[in-house]
Amino acid sequence: MGLSKKQIQHLYWRAGFGVDPRKLKSMEGRNIEHLVDEIFKESASITPLKINLEAFKVDRKKLSREERKALQKLMNKSMLEMNALWMSKMATTKGVLREKMTLFFHDHFAVRLKSPLANIHLNSIMREHALGNFGDLLMEVSKSPAMISFLNNKQNKKDHPNENFAREVMELFTLGRDNGYTENDIQEAARAFTGWSFDKEGKFIERQKHHDTGEKTILGRTGNFTGDDVIKILLDEKQTARYLATKLIDFFIGRPISEDKIEEFTSVFYENKYDISSLVKALLLSDEFMDDRTIGCKIKSPTELLVGMTRLFDIDYKNPKALIQIQRKLNQVLFFPPNVAGWPGGKTWIDSSTLMIRLKLSSILLNYGVIEWDELGDMPEQTLIKLQKRREKIKAKTQKKVKASPDWENFEAKMKNISEPASFLIQPELSKGAKKTLNVSDSVKLKDKTIELLSLPEYQLF
Amino acid sequence: MDRRNFIKTSALASGMVFVPSFLKKLEFLPEDKLSGFKNVIIIQLSGGNDGLNTVIPYSNDIYHRLRPKIGKDASKVLKLNDSLGLNGSCTELMKLYENGELCIINNVGYPNPNRSHFRSTDIWQTASASNEYLGTGWLGRYQDANCQYPYEAIEYDNSLSLAMKGRIKNGIAVTDPNQLFQTTREKYFKSVVDHTDESMLNEDNQGYLYKTMLETYSSAEYIYERSKIYNSTSEYPNTKFAMNLKGIADMVVSGLKTRVYYTSLSGFDTHINQVNSQDRLLKTYSDGIGALVEDLKKNDRFKDTLIMTFSEFGRRASENSSAGTDHGSANNVFMIGGGLKNAGIYNNGPDLVNLDKNGDLKFQVDFRSIYATVLDNWLGVNDQRILNKSFSKLNFI
Repeated sequence: MGLSKKQIQHLYWRAGFGVDPRKLKSMEGRNIEHLVDEIFKESASITPLKINLEAFKVDRKKLSREERKALQKLMNKSMLEMNALWMSKMATTKGVLREKMTLFFHDHFAVRLKSPLANIHLNSIMREHALGNFGDLLMEVSKSPAMISFLNNKQNKKDHPNENFAREVMELFTLGRDNGYTENDIQEAARAFTGWSFDKEGKFIERQKHHDTGEKTILGRTGNFTGDDVIKILLDEKQTARYLATKLIDFFIGRPISEDKIEEFTSVFYENKYDISSLVKALLLSDEFMDDRTIGCKIKSPTELLVGMTRLFDIDYKNPKALIQIQRKLNQVLFFPPNVAGWPGGKTWIDSSTLMIRLKLSSILLNYGVIEWDELGDMPEQTLIKLQKRREKIKAKTQKKVKASPDWENFEAKMKNISEPASFLIQPELSKGAKKTLNVSDSVKLKDKTIELLSLPEYQLF
Repeated sequence: MDRRNFIKTSALASGMVFVPSFLKKLEFLPEDKLSGFKNVIIIQLSGGNDGLNTVIPYSNDIYHRLRPKIGKDASKVLKLNDSLGLNGSCTELMKLYENGELCIINNVGYPNPNRSHFRSTDIWQTASASNEYLGTGWLGRYQDANCQYPYEAIEYDNSLSLAMKGRIKNGIAVTDPNQLFQTTREKYFKSVVDHTDESMLNEDNQGYLYKTMLETYSSAEYIYERSKIYNSTSEYPNTKFAMNLKGIADMVVSGLKTRVYYTSLSGFDTHINQVNSQDRLLKTYSDGIGALVEDLKKNDRFKDTLIMTFSEFGRRASENSSAGTDHGSANNVFMIGGGLKNAGIYNNGPDLVNLDKNGDLKFQVDFRSIYATVLDNWLGVNDQRILNKSFSKLNFI
């Protein structure tokens, strides 16, 4: 059965950051297998984020205090640069699914470090394996300088085991909290990871003198295990497949589904030896995914909200700092997860202040902070003039501060064949209230109508 | 215009404002019920305040040996007793101490301390164990269990701290009630709110968004209307922190039905040249608190107010090579109020002989015991339900 426009939009919102309206017509009526294949094809190539990192490849101990200070400043600057670069990649790339999955793992393997070198390396590992094998991804992430520093495996030595990584690898990366492991398993696993470190070039090394070669018992198995062995043991547990499948079900479907279905997806993942593409494909092709209840049921993360808008309107941010500021106010700054558990997501994105900012966001980015909504009917001329003046003042102020420039001309060209902007711009069914507000609007221009739609609570959903 | 009249006229003037039934009519606390309405103000000193240079063991030789550059001798402290003294900047706090309105709890922390700012902040804000990750804050869970309206917990900040986020209920973050009110009153949003009805507020995410929008809309109005009633004429220092406290005092005195207020003062991460910057920050803190207490007393609200001050961790006992201090563990917590049962120095000062292997103070009082005491003895709610565990109570209130 061919897909409707709404279903195509749904597919591209969940597997990417929204669909290009110009392509909608040619896609209509095609079957989902075809479109999913195409999405995977478009994400086949891998290009990492690139920034100049030479300055950071120095021995810090040899630097003077001033030099160290300057380096610190440069590091902060590069972190911002990376953030802007990734935002722009997500907003312009064809390979949207790969970026979306990189974003998923950015949250799953949440690391918060100030080092651009470690961060960009970790980000590249995630992008490389985002649609590959989860086992390989887990192994490489665990051995990355970023993870080894962040969860203290570097300090994990035979005489003083540090349990930080051993605990999180079970609790957050594989089995999930309280899912079949004990404190004893953690302690024993920590012993297996002793000696893990990296050299000056960031290459993984096992420091034999710090490694505990003794016998360990982990999840019921006994042997002279190394860190590699522990990772393999964790991957042998079907619970790891179940935990990842559950998280990806939430990521792509975003509403509760039956236990049987969860088991089915778990088996797909486990039996395909943790091939991420197999699971993602199964999810996108499932009845649950295309169910009416799934369409428009999720709250966009701040990144999804921002990238979605930036993509559709080709927004150019002349002041990248303002973009970071917005991320901060929305509570999701890329490369700065709140802690190792990542962003809690879902309803927790929304509080009184973040919601008001989200509702104002489209008018800020697209029309310098003004929603030109007026109720139908005559307004006394004096009032109208006063209102216009106030709006001009807000516009001038916002323009100076935010410096975001959308390409309205291109947007209008893109939208030429879209007969119902509301149905294209808003994924869920419009509420009764929203319909009433739109009905009494005196706007006629596509631009004004668009901003009104994007300022509705419904636009927060996809 | 007096309070009562103001309430009457503003209720009339506001005309037909849509208020869904779950929010009921905006309720004001009449003056006769205002007395006895207990509230708590929580202040976070962000960055990790150096407790050893705040409450100073000035007569302890080890202290001076560990801190040859930044240590404060007897001439520079405000003496609390023969062994402890307050940082010289804390003159206002000293007055409270002398009045029996300040309780200093020493060596507060938790087992297996974490020395990362954000992780330790999370631990304090969620009231978790150090190896436990919770997605809700302790005050958020208080709201889940005990509150009806979002404005019952207000954070004076741009965004809401994890501490104030519950599973189903959140507090309100506001710095400028007028601005929040104006944003929600944007013509377009007002129209959306006016067209919202209860059938749209179901359990799904769309319903949740509309519900939050309505709550923000009506809370913004409530806070804005209420806080207009009392605008303090007391003098506050000209700092952002003191202005936040003034904003809170206005709300407390105006009779908002708010139980919990939250705000923070940051900059305490003093790794280098600590003395001047910390002294300055402590002065900002102490002077601000002094003005707040003065204001509350004038309006007879101090006896019902409890002010708790904490920091995510204390700092290393010994100074570092840059005349600063690195991240440490246990720290002091201040409880201030007109209704303290036990004022003064609550327990023994820091033990500089038995430091942990990092050279940090060992904790003696679990911070969750303090939370449990505030919840149970002050707010009168079931602390176990909120903290998910039973903690022994202290007896400062």
